[in-house]
Amino acid sequence: MKEQLAKIRAEALAALEEAKASADLDALRVKYLGKKGELTAVLKQMGKLSAEERPIMGQLANDVRAALESALESTSKKLEEAALELKLKAEVVDVTIPGKEVKIGHKHPMYIALDEIKDIFIGMGFTVLDGPEVELAELNFDRLNAEEGHPSRDWSDTFYFDEDSRVMLRSQTSPMQVRAMDSMELPIRIVAPGRVYRKDEVDATHSPMFHQVEGMVIDKGVTMADLKGTLNTVVEQLYGEGTKTRFRPHHFPFTEPSCEMDVQCHKCGGVGCPTCKGEGWIELLGAGMIHPRVLEMAGIDPEVYSGWAFGIGLERTAMRRFKIADLRLIFENDIRFLEQF
Amino acid sequence: MNLSRKWLNEFVTVTASDKEFAEAMTLSGSKVEVTVDQGAEISNVVVGKVLSMKRHENSDHMWVCQVDTGDGEPVQIVTGAQNVKEGDLVPVAKHKSTLPGGKKIEKGKLRGEVSYGMLCSFKELGLDQRDFPAAYEDGIWILSDDPELSVEVGQDIREAVGLDDHVVEFEITPNRPDCLSIIGLAREAAATFNAELRLHEPVVKGGAEGELIELLDVETPAADLVPRYTARMVRNVKIAPSPKWMRERLRAMGVRPINNIVDITNYVMLEYGQPMHAFDYRYVKGGKIIVRRAEEGEELTTLDGTLRKLTADHLVIADDTRAVGLAGIMGGLNSEIVEDTTDVVFESACFDGTCIRKGALALGMRTEASAKFEKGLDPMNTMPAVERACEFVEMLGAGEVVDGVIDILNSVPHPTVLTLEPEKINALLGTDIPAEDMVRILKSVDFKVDGDQVTVPSYRADVRRMADLAEEVARFYGYNNIPSTLMRGQTTLGGYSPEQQLERRLGELCRAFGHDEIITYSFISPTYYDKIRWAEDHPNRKSFKILNPLGEDTSIMRTTVLPSMLEILTRNYNYRNKSAKLYEVGRIYLPDRDDGLATESKMLSIGAYGSDMDFFTLKGFIEAIMDDIRAENVRFEPCADNPSYHPGRCATLWSGDRCIGVFGQIHPLVAKNYGVDTAMYCAELSFDELMKAHGADAEYTALPKFPGVHRDLAVVCAAGVTVYQLSECIKNAGGSLLKAVEFFDVYTGAPIEPGKKSVAFSLEFRSDEQNLTDKDIEPAMEKILAQLAEKLDARLR
Repeated sequence: MKEQLAKIRAEALAALEEAKASADLDALRVKYLGKKGELTAVLKQMGKLSAEERPIMGQLANDVRAALESALESTSKKLEEAALELKLKAEVVDVTIPGKEVKIGHKHPMYIALDEIKDIFIGMGFTVLDGPEVELAELNFDRLNAEEGHPSRDWSDTFYFDEDSRVMLRSQTSPMQVRAMDSMELPIRIVAPGRVYRKDEVDATHSPMFHQVEGMVIDKGVTMADLKGTLNTVVEQLYGEGTKTRFRPHHFPFTEPSCEMDVQCHKCGGVGCPTCKGEGWIELLGAGMIHPRVLEMAGIDPEVYSGWAFGIGLERTAMRRFKIADLRLIFENDIRFLEQF
Repeated sequence: MNLSRKWLNEFVTVTASDKEFAEAMTLSGSKVEVTVDQGAEISNVVVGKVLSMKRHENSDHMWVCQVDTGDGEPVQIVTGAQNVKEGDLVPVAKHKSTLPGGKKIEKGKLRGEVSYGMLCSFKELGLDQRDFPAAYEDGIWILSDDPELSVEVGQDIREAVGLDDHVVEFEITPNRPDCLSIIGLAREAAATFNAELRLHEPVVKGGAEGELIELLDVETPAADLVPRYTARMVRNVKIAPSPKWMRERLRAMGVRPINNIVDITNYVMLEYGQPMHAFDYRYVKGGKIIVRRAEEGEELTTLDGTLRKLTADHLVIADDTRAVGLAGIMGGLNSEIVEDTTDVVFESACFDGTCIRKGALALGMRTEASAKFEKGLDPMNTMPAVERACEFVEMLGAGEVVDGVIDILNSVPHPTVLTLEPEKINALLGTDIPAEDMVRILKSVDFKVDGDQVTVPSYRADVRRMADLAEEVARFYGYNNIPSTLMRGQTTLGGYSPEQQLERRLGELCRAFGHDEIITYSFISPTYYDKIRWAEDHPNRKSFKILNPLGEDTSIMRTTVLPSMLEILTRNYNYRNKSAKLYEVGRIYLPDRDDGLATESKMLSIGAYGSDMDFFTLKGFIEAIMDDIRAENVRFEPCADNPSYHPGRCATLWSGDRCIGVFGQIHPLVAKNYGVDTAMYCAELSFDELMKAHGADAEYTALPKFPGVHRDLAVVCAAGVTVYQLSECIKNAGGSLLKAVEFFDVYTGAPIEPGKKSVAFSLEFRSDEQNLTDKDIEPAMEKILAQLAEKLDARLR
């Protein structure tokens, strides 16, 4: 019997070595361990053994069973692994074939630039205002200290809807300063982006419709140093830390003192190149301390309150940001252009 | 405004390089655009002396010259000119020299003879006969023949003939008309460089025959438009070219020399910023000058030879009988200075800026003079300017000045006196500038300071109050020396309003669905309404009309965003982009307000064409938008009567009883109007209505505890029954266990009989209390089928 068991063990293990598929394993399991299997058949003869032999043989038989089972299991695992490997091999794809197209739309480059500006100001406690484009000349000009006779009021410069030059297309976002002063509680911190209109023929740098962002702060004790500090912070966020700026005196009817802000040319670092027309600086925006007359006209006492304001042209900002050479591309809306951003 | 640096140095010594000068002036408020070195294109051209000349052996007209260019050994130069003789001093472009227009001169052989350069004419140096009236036009410029020139052999030609000036071009802001003059800029330069300003006091000897009061009378009936009128008279005028130095300066400033009298007026205008006019006295009939408003329809031929029709808005200089000049704009041809002019009246006046500007604009003739007047000139400047002109007349020997001045002062402003409050200036600027520094700065730009009283110079009409003084102080203290501080004070909360948030969200959704953002013009052509097939009497044809548009295409404010979208779709189609998906949140402008302004409503405009686009793709996108903004009771209605859309493929979008917009396939006739032969799809959704439809913030509802049971249901009904009708019917009949009704197929064709269709839905039943069995849903299914049959004649397939 002992020999029988040893033979079964040897045969079964040898057969397992040869097994090629899980079906072979099932057959072997039946052959040796099944109800009518060889090991079972041997075990059935246990009754014939002596009481002394029985436990020894029982132990031996169990060992054989255990060995067969463990061998079956490990072979089964090996076969599974081999099968999986085959399957995976068969499933290989060419990963260089392009993926399925997912089309995502693109924000217009100008609004990318605008959103950046808006987010920076919102972070500094500014509110974003929206206002009318069909505007009263009173708000666009008179209330901004550009009195009757100011050249920008000419019909050659500004679009009008009535013979009395009363209703017009706003030529700047600055009337939003007046609207904010008229409607908001002090202190005020606003930015107001939007469309503006001037009578310029379309070319590479002009368009009868373009966009500006107006900004304004009114509070007690606001200084020109605050204007510089705030705008410098904005520029660093827009163009990177350490961006150099300079302020130059300028003139706007509704600010005094007035200034223009330049950023150092990113191309040449201030030495002078074609991008900055040799100046080393690129004009960025106009700003100034709100003219006391403008505050007075809004019923704000310039002896108590002061403020600053700025206006920035959005097209030029976006064109610089994305190196767009021709303004017409902005309004042409060719998807081959739009989808670059 | 141009500035000759040589001329500037007459008033203030500034040795800074062009770059330093430009930067310093820019930072103190006089923005420099560009600096032009007059002789930049000329190099290696010198004065040479022709030592000997011999005929070229192989030419019957060329000469071989030996020329001393100051380099020791004479050089050989071949010339074809015939006006040169031995001993002449001439301009010599040496080997490796450059001339205006990018011309390069190098040694070469001319019919076998080596030539080490070229002898030049004045034209080759970029000059004009007017610059050197004595020079011979058609040959080599014989410098030694010109008595006005004193040149040396070897001298750089730029220095020898006065082509060595540097001209600075300024952008002067409209508040500073005083800087439209050499003296004004000299004043700024002196303050900027902390240098001494040397002003000149004109001295006129006078003494010409006659009494001014008998010769000339001036009246100004339009006194409101003539703050001041100053005039002097010159007799026995000898018209001649002006001297070289004067021509040179005029040329540097871009003004063509004409003759001594005209050049004097131009010179004084440049120097003082005061436009001057010279009339021929014999054409001032009756010796009387009248400054009046033109008569309606009055005619005058101006100096440029153009006949001008005038209106009562124009101001004219007239004699007893007729206009002789257009005040402040241009003189009349009938009183022009000519060769035989003997008596001249110099007018130095101050006219109303707005009147001149409008007058010039109406005639389309902005001149150097009108550009100055329109900014509002200093009435105190007329006298020194006319004195300076008369001084030049005597200095140039151009005539004799009659004693006395006619000076009519209609309105002379009082000087502005302000109180200097250094602490307020510092509070505005955020600086700590000592009072004495402020005083020093103000004095440097000619403000008189007496204690705390500051008297503003007459030419600085822009300085009226403290903030203006602050700017003066800041300019010379240096804007870049003002510290940079962050704002203090009450903190404010920034952020986007709910409307702005929705606008941003809509943009995000559109892009997520593959639509690119566009920006279109707000103004359109009225013909665009025809293109989108609006009826003649469509109420929204009433639009804001621009009275002075650039052109028809941009002449009215749009009341619909559709044409703008179609225009861009068309453009992309014409560019052969095979598909395009676009969106814009754009405004429309409705003329329905009492205050004359527009109702400016925002519209979400969506447009697309291409093989991946059809009605249900667009509709799915719109449904997703409505889902995202949690709009309730969303439904769609067929819309067959919108003229711009396909009558069978157009729907209106509703949330409850609010119509949010319209969308669908563009009508083939509209597409044809745009020249597009592919299907285009558009949506026009009202932003305000989307805002109103915007549902409340999301709130969690418990997930189902028990699985649902799904049943597919296919019914056959008449083709005209809508899916909406069917699904509403199912929902109403389904009872509380029916949780979802999902359409998934519609089918027509065999074996379905003609005129009918089969529609399939997937239904989900679920209970929150228990697992459902077939038995539980049986009654609901029966009721659904009964209702479908009864109400819509739809029967189980």
